[in-house]
Amino acid sequence: MTSSAKKTSFPQNVDRLLVWSLRGIAVIVGTIVLFIIGFLILESLPVFRKVGVLPFLRDTSWNPMQGVYSLTPMLISTLLVVAGAVLLAAPIGILSALFCHYYAPKPVANLYRRLLEIMSGIPGVVYGFWGLVVLVPLINRLHPPGTSLLTGILLLALLITPTIALIADASLAGVPQEYLQGAVALSLSRWGTIREIVLPAARSGLFTSIILGTGRAIGETIIVLMVCGNIVQIPSSVFEPIRTLPANIALEMDFALGDHRSALFVSGLLLMGVNLVLVLLAEAIAQEEIYHN
Amino acid sequence: MTPRITLHFAMGIALCLLSPSCAQQPKAGLKQQKLIITGASTIAPLVSELGKRFEKQHPGTRIDVHTGGSARGLTDARQGLADIGMVSEALTEEEQKGMQVFLIGRDGISIIVHADNPLDKIVSKQVVAVYTGKTKNWKDLGGKDAPITLVHKAEGRSTLTLFLHYFGIDNKAVKADVVVGDDQQGIKTVAGNPNTIGYVSIGSTEQSIQQGVKVKLLTLDGVKATSAAVADNSFPWQRSLNLVTKGQPTELTKQFIDFVQAQENYDIFRKENFVPAKR
Amino acid sequence: MSRQNIPPSQNNPSGVPRSPATTKSDLIARSQKIAYADILLSLLVWAVAISVTAVFVWISVDIVWHGAGHLSWEFLTKEPEEAGRQGGIASILVSTGLLLSVCLGVAVPLGLGTAILLAEFTVLNNWFGRLVRRSLDMLASVPSIVFGLFGNAFFCVTLGLGFSILSGGLTLACMVLPLLIRSVEEGLRSVPHEYRLGAASLGLSRSTTLVNLLLPAAFPSLAAGLILGIGRAIAETAALMYTSGYVERMPESLLDSGRTLSLHIYSLSMNVSGGDSSAYASVVVLMILLLVTNGAAIWIGEHWLHSRIQN
Repeated sequence: MTSSAKKTSFPQNVDRLLVWSLRGIAVIVGTIVLFIIGFLILESLPVFRKVGVLPFLRDTSWNPMQGVYSLTPMLISTLLVVAGAVLLAAPIGILSALFCHYYAPKPVANLYRRLLEIMSGIPGVVYGFWGLVVLVPLINRLHPPGTSLLTGILLLALLITPTIALIADASLAGVPQEYLQGAVALSLSRWGTIREIVLPAARSGLFTSIILGTGRAIGETIIVLMVCGNIVQIPSSVFEPIRTLPANIALEMDFALGDHRSALFVSGLLLMGVNLVLVLLAEAIAQEEIYHN
Repeated sequence: MTPRITLHFAMGIALCLLSPSCAQQPKAGLKQQKLIITGASTIAPLVSELGKRFEKQHPGTRIDVHTGGSARGLTDARQGLADIGMVSEALTEEEQKGMQVFLIGRDGISIIVHADNPLDKIVSKQVVAVYTGKTKNWKDLGGKDAPITLVHKAEGRSTLTLFLHYFGIDNKAVKADVVVGDDQQGIKTVAGNPNTIGYVSIGSTEQSIQQGVKVKLLTLDGVKATSAAVADNSFPWQRSLNLVTKGQPTELTKQFIDFVQAQENYDIFRKENFVPAKR
Repeated sequence: MSRQNIPPSQNNPSGVPRSPATTKSDLIARSQKIAYADILLSLLVWAVAISVTAVFVWISVDIVWHGAGHLSWEFLTKEPEEAGRQGGIASILVSTGLLLSVCLGVAVPLGLGTAILLAEFTVLNNWFGRLVRRSLDMLASVPSIVFGLFGNAFFCVTLGLGFSILSGGLTLACMVLPLLIRSVEEGLRSVPHEYRLGAASLGLSRSTTLVNLLLPAAFPSLAAGLILGIGRAIAETAALMYTSGYVERMPESLLDSGRTLSLHIYSLSMNVSGGDSSAYASVVVLMILLLVTNGAAIWIGEHWLHSRIQN
């Protein structure tokens, strides 16, 4: 994919108008997240003023009603469940997209796409409910209590696979026909074509799909609330219950006053920090790819 | 239609939806009276149903009920963001400052286990032992040989506060296996695992049992856990359901609160499995 | 393809790389290896597709089995009674439709605009583009409950909209924007550059090129973004609890509170005891609704933009 160095050449004046209005729109969109961060900081200030920042990392446990505010176990749990879900969902999603384009006959591929589209609209509460009623008892038979890190990983993966698959599918559709025709001319095998031509060409789209899938997994509140057990601890096995930061906010926010409420906003702020780190990391990887292309 | 025209058409619709003319309140002549009620999600369905009946009897009124938790109900009422707050527990003296509290009903709480569990009753001492981790196996209570899976409530919930208070346990001493938020979550968790024990509202459990969910209520300290027992006050473990307003309620608010406490509306309470507070 | 050291074979004991098609047995050996990889990959891909379908069918059968009994024409046309255990979901469907319209009405213009800017008018590593993309990726990871709290504080309280469909729709638009924008941007970027050069050589303005050439060519990504956005909006629960509210009544204006389908499902299964069968039935309706809206999105695209998703 080439990109022109000078993208702002204008044959006509209407284009100048277009660009400036588009820039305005982009500014509005770009500042939404700043508003949200500002809001979180505002609401976190009361407890920061009272106990500072360190207790959130160094306290022994999370008992906000008694002034103990450690967020570390929940942070680690969140990262674990998201990592597990993405590691599971990314290959499945991308393979599904490959399936639709290169392996399935047209009607089957379309049917599969419709299926994925419906899955992408199913609320977390449905997966959570099903998980609580069907999956948890199953896992409980393997190893009590059933509500665990594993259940969370499985259901979150189920939630984000359609997102990854559909975006990957669309980016595969963007691979130019000429590339594929060239591959046939070189008599490459299907695997060879996919590995050497298609995946690199659709690389940035596939990457985007994984980023958006990860974001969705980090932000999902209801599924983890219902099936992960909500025990604040660092799990020593996948069968142990965990509590993630979003689930914690959902669980306690309705009943929290004063400092407790502020502390919950601090956990929200922490999540934004994690997001920022992940986004910068992803950007760094993407830059490498683009420049080495 | 060319794409450009379609684009303009779509944007036109979007603008129309957002313009004030579309968002205006209809029936400008009729006196629109509205009440905003926020608070505990346990009472929200009950108050919502009461609100619907009130609206039918007083046309032109709107009773909007929203969830958000007891804490939110209290703060919203205090800050004037809501006319009435729903609080599913008794208020402390600190919380009552400047507010009017109206008791509208009561709800019992009891211990539940899976329907297949051979246990039928339990005493307070055993509950304390189980929840502080001293008793870890069902056979110590007279049941089968299996480890006990503890279901506990999240911090801040009124059920939790009442539980700790009634049995005299410090929250830090509880070693739970699963923590749940709403009662329904607790009930479904217990129904999915034959070795669990938990505590939830009696009313919700009775409803769920009617629907075939596999849980059962344990008799506590010799008293059967039923709504009837809560109603005649023989069952000790209960919480009060309250509506709060800031200062004296205004006309519509007072009307609604009187309506909620009126005897002819007790059937709605019973349908939602709560015990109405008798005057 | 890169030149690698081939392992020493019978005809090439030293392992020195030669051009791939030197010896006949080399060729056969390579084509066999490739054939294994091909078969393996085929199996893997089909296995994945079948497993995903199987899980979906498992869940759907469970839902339909529990919910079909509760479905009826009255269910779709009457309002909820007894906290939703009886009656129907007519008002819920209307609220959901209104909310979706507000959300898309705001998100699609803003989203398209930003995506076009990012793809067409900024150099790949321009600082402005990078900042906007970064903020969008962060926006995509914000927990839904934080959106709810923010939406409540900003739209309901600060802007004074109260619990209303408008507040809910605007909050949803914020959640849907990253999906829409990133998808469309990717789609536009993958349109071959020759299209733009050709249009420029014909003297077309960039706006015309955009509307008549590039957007239709990027259609698969546009559709994917739109469908994902719709899916995200319909699936959202936690954020709407705090912004568009809990009221089951038929909304009379956009400033009214209205309960959406996913919130209704949440309420029935987690809040109201005995609401399970209604919840299941509502999920069935939700899935049908998704089929309909997604189908509509694709149909509109195919007819108005004169292109097809699969060529």
